[in-house]
Amino acid sequence: MAVVSIREALNQAMDEEMTRDERVFLMGEEVAQYNGAYKVSQGLLQKFGPRRIIDTPIAEAGFAGVGIGAAMVGLRPIVEFMTWNFSLVAYDQIVNHAAKMLSMSGGHFHVPIVFRGPGGAAHNLGATHSQALESIYAHIPGLKVVMPSNPRDAKGLLKTAIRDDNPIIFIESEVMYGEKGEIPDGEYTIPLGVGEILREGTDVTVVSWSKILQHVTVKAVQRLAEEGISVELIDPRTIKPMDWELIFASVRKTNRLVIVEEGWPFAGVGAQIVDEVQKHCFDDLDAPVERVTQEDVPLPYAHNLEVSSLPNIQRVIRAVRKAMYLD
Amino acid sequence: MRRQLLSQHLVHVLMNNSAIGSAPSKPTRDPGLPPDTLLKWYDEMLLIRRFEEKSAQLYGMGKIGGFCHLYNGQEAVSTGSLGAINPEDYVITAYRDHGLAISKGVDPRAILAELLGKHTGTTKGKGGSMHIFDREKNFLGGHAIVGGHIPIAAGVAFASKYRGEKRVCLCFIGDGATNIGTFHESLNLAALWKLPVIYIIENNKYGMGTAVARASAVEELHQKAAAYDMRNEVVESGYDVLAVHKAVKAAVDHARATYEPSLLEIQTFRYRGHSMSDPVSGHYRTKEEVETQKKLDPLVVFAESLKRDGLASDEYFENAEKRIKAVVDECVEFAENSPEPPADELWKDVYFERGGF
Ligand SMILES: Cc1ncc(C[n+]2csc(CCOP(=O)(O)OP(=O)(O)O)c2C)c(N)n1
Ligand SMILES: [Mg+2]
Repeated sequence: MAVVSIREALNQAMDEEMTRDERVFLMGEEVAQYNGAYKVSQGLLQKFGPRRIIDTPIAEAGFAGVGIGAAMVGLRPIVEFMTWNFSLVAYDQIVNHAAKMLSMSGGHFHVPIVFRGPGGAAHNLGATHSQALESIYAHIPGLKVVMPSNPRDAKGLLKTAIRDDNPIIFIESEVMYGEKGEIPDGEYTIPLGVGEILREGTDVTVVSWSKILQHVTVKAVQRLAEEGISVELIDPRTIKPMDWELIFASVRKTNRLVIVEEGWPFAGVGAQIVDEVQKHCFDDLDAPVERVTQEDVPLPYAHNLEVSSLPNIQRVIRAVRKAMYLD
Repeated sequence: MRRQLLSQHLVHVLMNNSAIGSAPSKPTRDPGLPPDTLLKWYDEMLLIRRFEEKSAQLYGMGKIGGFCHLYNGQEAVSTGSLGAINPEDYVITAYRDHGLAISKGVDPRAILAELLGKHTGTTKGKGGSMHIFDREKNFLGGHAIVGGHIPIAAGVAFASKYRGEKRVCLCFIGDGATNIGTFHESLNLAALWKLPVIYIIENNKYGMGTAVARASAVEELHQKAAAYDMRNEVVESGYDVLAVHKAVKAAVDHARATYEPSLLEIQTFRYRGHSMSDPVSGHYRTKEEVETQKKLDPLVVFAESLKRDGLASDEYFENAEKRIKAVVDECVEFAENSPEPPADELWKDVYFERGGF
């Protein structure tokens, strides 16, 4: 087992897949000469050359479309968005073209492409640069949405995403690139749509992913454990397809559910989980499902307002206690 | 080809001037500009320079957060351009917005307070460095999504024409931003509908770490106007506030007379890294390039020309430093002593509820 950062894990995944498959190439702003705005593609230009590691102009709609076109006729592009916020400029390409191509063409053209980059808030970046956009992509039929929370998953899931024959939305976290963890030696992949139980518990199920999972939920769960509350913690790892059976089985055991996510509440991913759980586990629930989200406002720049809007440990503890009728 | 032309221009200017900048600035001096105005411009450029230096320092101390893009080196663009319009005219730009906000008359104390995330800031701490706004001063923002503000500028000009006004909109665009779709859509709309907007490309030669030639098929960026049959001009000596002013004034006059837009390319240089989190030089540009460009410093060039024309003495410049330092100190004191936004500010201004205007 080697210990690597998420940045290195993603780099290894791209490196290995590009070595394995000549059709795979990486394209995006500053990915080549600058080694990536967040250095995820460090060294890849040197290794694979400018034919396969390609700096683009600031033209998200354009280069996302170039990726889709290349994928339609047999290449397997990885398109990096400097951050997912900028993918909104390319939203039409992704939603109207990548996602619908297979269906609309009656199966003539599939689009094996990975769109990847960091999502969510970092620190004081303001409303346009801090968005957790997984729900607006998960909303779209034809897309898969992947959100790893550690180096092992980052590498294994990205390799699978690159080999997948569908458009994949792969959302990383800007503030987690330096975080380290163990990864298996040698070649491995992790399937999409398979979640993981990070901690077994009996009192309440908590579902959470990506940065909020690691920076907020895990810590809250530890504190709850000290209070004697046994949380079963689930990292779905893939938002779409969601590992429903894993969540249902856990809820049938604990009879309570709390969902903690970074995004906004309205039509968020958590809302979808609530819907599926009430459909499939209605008789198993002992309490209403609780959600912890960002407040329903554009995220302000000022530090005090920013932290007051985002989910925090206190709010997770409160939600769990509420689901257990302890408050 | 363009790069060659550029460096030739630079070499020509550097070699032919004992007093730097004499050749390019002399022919551009508009005799109609009163000395007071010129001195005011100098002070303004100095304020922008010192304000940005202070911002860098406060960023280093952790008092400013997030992305912070400084304007050092580009002062002549801001002052020269905005010197050509009136208070009722509009200005809109991207995230490198402190200098333009200062030139538009936005209170520098409020700008610094904004950078520090304070309630007395230009947007109450909501927007930060990349989103300076001031409705009263007709400063329509700092905008952080590349290209996002370019069509908005056309819309502002549309409203001016719709109401039969003569107000123009100056829209500042990075060289990198001329490659995004909205740039081209907006130029077409503005030319098609004859909207009084002046698009000003601040060609500082790089978009982040990407040189113009690596991102744009057309290196002479002003030529992009040709596709839309739009009036255009390039100012190679963008370090010369007088040259900038002259070009922008002509475009503004034209817009007021005909409602027609222009595309100006002003060649300039940013001294710092792309943002405070990026390196000054590295893979994308050398230290030497930065040092060479700094020899055509907008402040030095302007000071030399003011001295040569007998409009200011060494003493004037010494006093200016003192005056500007006092202004910047006041900004810092104001910002540091201002309160954070109150907690309920989080819920304000999400939907407009105070009645129309
Ligand atoms: C749509 C979009 N894509 C990418 C970015 C990230 N980004 C911010 S500034 C920038 C470079 C812009 O360069 P340029 O237009 O030349 O302006 P300058 O910074 O030189 O003033 C990039 C790529 C962004 N903010 N928005
Ligand atoms: Mg630039």
